[in-house]
Amino acid sequence: MTRTLISQAQLRRGRGRFLYWAVLAVVVLGFTLVFLGPLYWMVTGALKSGQEIAQTPPTLWPRDPELRNYADAWNNLDLAKLMFNTFYYAAGAVFFQLVFDTAAAYALSKLRPAFGNVILAAMLATLMIPAMVLIVPQYVTAIDLPIVHVNLLDSPWAIWLPLVANAFNIFLLKRFFDSIPEDLIAAAQVDGASPLRTLWSIILPMSRPILGVVSIFAVTAVWKDFLWPKLVMPSPETRTLSVGIYAFSGGTPQNVVIAASVIAAIPTVIIFLVFQRNIMSGLTTGSLKG
Amino acid sequence: MTIVAPHITKQPSPPAPVARTKRSRKLRDNLTGHAFLIGAVVCFALFMWFPMIRGIVMSFQRTRRGETTWVGWDNYTRIVADPSFWIAWKNTFVFTLLALVLGYLLPFFVAILLNELRHFKGYLRILVYLPVMLPPASALFLFKYYAYDPSDAGLFNAILKVLHLPTSEWMQSPGMTIPAMVIASTWMNMGGAVLIYLASLQNIPGELYEAAELDGAGVARRIWNVTIPQTRLILALLAMLQIVATMQLFIEPLILANGAGTQDSATSVAYLIYQHGFFQNDLNGAAALGVIMLLVLAAFSAVYVRLTTKQD
Repeated sequence: MTRTLISQAQLRRGRGRFLYWAVLAVVVLGFTLVFLGPLYWMVTGALKSGQEIAQTPPTLWPRDPELRNYADAWNNLDLAKLMFNTFYYAAGAVFFQLVFDTAAAYALSKLRPAFGNVILAAMLATLMIPAMVLIVPQYVTAIDLPIVHVNLLDSPWAIWLPLVANAFNIFLLKRFFDSIPEDLIAAAQVDGASPLRTLWSIILPMSRPILGVVSIFAVTAVWKDFLWPKLVMPSPETRTLSVGIYAFSGGTPQNVVIAASVIAAIPTVIIFLVFQRNIMSGLTTGSLKG
Repeated sequence: MTIVAPHITKQPSPPAPVARTKRSRKLRDNLTGHAFLIGAVVCFALFMWFPMIRGIVMSFQRTRRGETTWVGWDNYTRIVADPSFWIAWKNTFVFTLLALVLGYLLPFFVAILLNELRHFKGYLRILVYLPVMLPPASALFLFKYYAYDPSDAGLFNAILKVLHLPTSEWMQSPGMTIPAMVIASTWMNMGGAVLIYLASLQNIPGELYEAAELDGAGVARRIWNVTIPQTRLILALLAMLQIVATMQLFIEPLILANGAGTQDSATSVAYLIYQHGFFQNDLNGAAALGVIMLLVLAAFSAVYVRLTTKQD
């Protein structure tokens, strides 16, 4: 353990020791209340009746908890359909990002074709452009794709293709591939392996951790995204969870909207609890994406 | 019909000069490289590079009934003349500023605190990052219906009541709208910054603190003279990223304040882009507003680059 702001020795002695445990207790309690408290309020609030939720002061635990709001949310908002859509978009996003972004990062890192650096710079430059600035021209492009003149509205491609254009992924993957020794690739080439074969049998097996990070970020990006899916998936059959809940929120009782929000949040929370180590390490090694 | 050309096929190809094979191999390698790049390049071209240029072009055009004409600065003058334009910029700047005070300083001090604690490390990190994983729409409905309920049944008002503090109307009071959005936004987003700061705090050599302590520096002085200079680069970078992110404020006003909020107290620039583009059938005006936003953010970045390079 390296030394930090306050020395270990100081924290072990009388007053310092007492202070440390007091601060720890306050922090653990405070953080639980601040970050878990609202979630508790959300899950139990949706178990209350409409009458009980409007009552002052609010009850800490629902008087007679009922699952009716959750059942109503599931049935009236057709959450099964919305959830399937979101899963489908997320799965496609993972697939296309892995295929196109790893291929591109491999080319930029190991094959290094002519103008590779120019292409990389042009990709990284898009990190500087705020998403809101591009939303209108992107939408105009999606409703009438240049050259082929295809309308992507209500098609999953409208979500998958823009997500491939992710400079952060290219940067992460390229940096990882850069760290794979050139000798390994030269050895494979001597054995007559094609570039595709080298990527598949040597690079990818060594890159599992980074591929995991990219996949998890792809899933959470689709799950959390709101404005773009709202624009390009206008019909009720193709909506994502967040957009569907928002669309219904006007004419639905508050508790049912909250119940739907809880259900919509469950998959990402599970993903987080299972993969928290990968997510946190990916975040800090990337160190760029907030 | 018979296709027989034995005199051609049987002829062994003459050995090509070394220079030529080298060049053709180079060409083949280049083609393979670009074949691997093509998927990503097409997506970047369609959804990043082309829209960037198109946004600027669109802002000088007007499309009516399928007919596009050049209109010069018309879109810009129309957008700027809209009374919501200045309100939206004012709201966005106030939000950005408040979010900097709360959402930028708070994660840094939380990270310093967490870095000192030797127990419950994993648990505390998970807690801080948990809201980041929630879909923003879910989290914002929680704030809208339960936390910011203007009656005393709301979570925040109930807490204020227990503490004998004055309660608030939250989103229904124009003065509280932006602070309420800052609180919700900070709760949802601070986890990422905390974890990045924690990683950079762990890279500070312990000897620096040791030396500072021997010189008689207290905790506050050690933070000022060791922690902040040592994490200066990441602090500056996250400040920039935070400004760019908060200036694009959109989903908070949309869900918490139904878009504009009481007396336009929530209207943001990004919300105005959305309004013009998708409700007022004015995609060209929205594109012009997007270009203005890009220029403002570019100005911020320029100032940032100047400040950070000056210090080095």
